Amino acid sequence: MEILNEIRFSMPSLSANESAARAAVSAFIVQADPTVEELSDIRTAVSEAVTNAIVHGYRGTSGRIDLVLRLLPEREIYIRVRDGGCGIADVKKAMEPLFTTAPEEERSGLGFSVMESFMDRLSVRSRVGQGTTVTMRKKLAAHGS
Amino acid sequence: MKVDIKSENGTAIAALRGEIDHHSAKSAREQLDSFIINMQPDVLSLDMSGITFMDSSGIGLIMGRHKLMRECGGRLEVKSPQESIRRVLRLAGIERIVRIT
Repeated sequence: MEILNEIRFSMPSLSANESAARAAVSAFIVQADPTVEELSDIRTAVSEAVTNAIVHGYRGTSGRIDLVLRLLPEREIYIRVRDGGCGIADVKKAMEPLFTTAPEEERSGLGFSVMESFMDRLSVRSRVGQGTTVTMRKKLAAHGS
Repeated sequence: MKVDIKSENGTAIAALRGEIDHHSAKSAREQLDSFIINMQPDVLSLDMSGITFMDSSGIGLIMGRHKLMRECGGRLEVKSPQESIRRVLRLAGIERIVRIT
């Protein structure tokens, strides 16, 4: 994978960091001159991934969330969100719309649906007891299109 | 996120401002629920024109208030969401359940 630019950062699984993650993503991808809609899509997808790590990955506990943001050739944005939380026993089921393990917190079960809809590619790898890694990619429209 | 609620003749408008995520939804939920339970409005309109960001946490916030309003004999509406917010609402199919103007 050819990487034109990259930043990595790590943060504790505090809900206050959901907006911090979005701000960092905005600051990074602005160099690729995204449209307002593209920026909104990516911020929303990142917010969902980070919230999943906090609410589901580290449910009742705390830990670190590691993010990698990359700018790839042809204006492609790569984002990886990794937690070391409880993991997901059945990723396929977890990705079904409206499936949630936290209904009492009014989680809608749409986090993965949003990520899938707003990004071009979504990959979820998880091991019970070891954590979850969400990888997303989105190609920005060519300038002038 | 800030919540400013005004009520007149059974109709209430809750003006929401800022960003709705899992972190901010909690305090908004508490404020709105307290108002609904104490004031029992016929209609509660969530004015979302001041919301600049919303992820699926906002869907939970809207659906939870929709359910509570129905339990109290009232109706929830969503007013003036920006286009980026409408896209999340459409994805969730909210317009089939809650009136959006």
